[in-house]
Amino acid sequence: MSAGPRFGVVVFPGSNCDGDAYHAVSTFPGVHVEYLWHKDTHLGNVEAIILPGGFSYGDYLRCGAIARFSPIMQAVSDFAHAGGLVIGICNGFQILLEAGLLPGAMLRNTGLKFVCRYVNLRVETSATPFTSACRAGEILRIVVKHNEGNYTTDPDTLARLQRNDQIVLRYVDAHGEATAAANPNGALANIAGICNEARNVFGLMPHPENSVEAGLAGGTDGRKIFQSMIDTLVRQR
Amino acid sequence: MVNVRVYITPKKGILDPQGVTIERALPALGFSGVSNVRVGKFIELTLAADGLSREQVHAQVDEMCRKLLANPIIEDFTFTVDDGA
Repeated sequence: MSAGPRFGVVVFPGSNCDGDAYHAVSTFPGVHVEYLWHKDTHLGNVEAIILPGGFSYGDYLRCGAIARFSPIMQAVSDFAHAGGLVIGICNGFQILLEAGLLPGAMLRNTGLKFVCRYVNLRVETSATPFTSACRAGEILRIVVKHNEGNYTTDPDTLARLQRNDQIVLRYVDAHGEATAAANPNGALANIAGICNEARNVFGLMPHPENSVEAGLAGGTDGRKIFQSMIDTLVRQR
Repeated sequence: MVNVRVYITPKKGILDPQGVTIERALPALGFSGVSNVRVGKFIELTLAADGLSREQVHAQVDEMCRKLLANPIIEDFTFTVDDGA
């Protein structure tokens, strides 16, 4: 076993970014990564969990609605409540919302389209284990690819998210302004990613795992998310 | 055995992008005067309810809706129970 941080990528039926997430983490020297099967009821000795993108259970009923009742999700929930790092990317974000590990819900995109393009993301806070390697206000260029990324919640919850600095990423234009034109899906307050109040659970629609290698399309901005997690895990030892 | 019909609709005040799209498409086909289009879900199921009171059946369906069939953050639901009598 590697001495570095240990990541687990959960595989649900219909996950399709699990391989990308696994690969992204494996590009960091010394980091151990393994797959976790949705039927497992324990997480082994991993120190961080990735819920990957895809179409778990075909997106039937609602995105993430069936996956959240997978056997492994009880273990993920226990892990999260104990302070473990959990990142949900795209469909993984939807699963965290359905599971109640993050507040709010996803609606279909307002633009009548499955969006598949680069977005500019403004890091709203570096005070999370997922953005500690970023500067607040920094802009990351990462792809989105989804049909249900239109984040919504009630006004009280939105106020609480703002008050507690839980809005982690917002869609912005090239100048860093959170305009309607820069919002790819109609998400409330241009929200692209949020964390829980304890700051150890993070959900985001964009795909940092597709922006980890120089020389390939996608750039390397996604590395900062995983680097932040790795730094946090190393610091906690 | 009872037949259950569950109707799920977007909550009032929640934007319904599918409804908006349909509302814009209908006038193009000559249907004027259409407004307030909302797209929901209709789920039918049969429930083994032998020995259960009407209240118990309703409580069970209500719990099904809250836990899985609907997302209470964005959706409302109603249901009917028909015992076929």
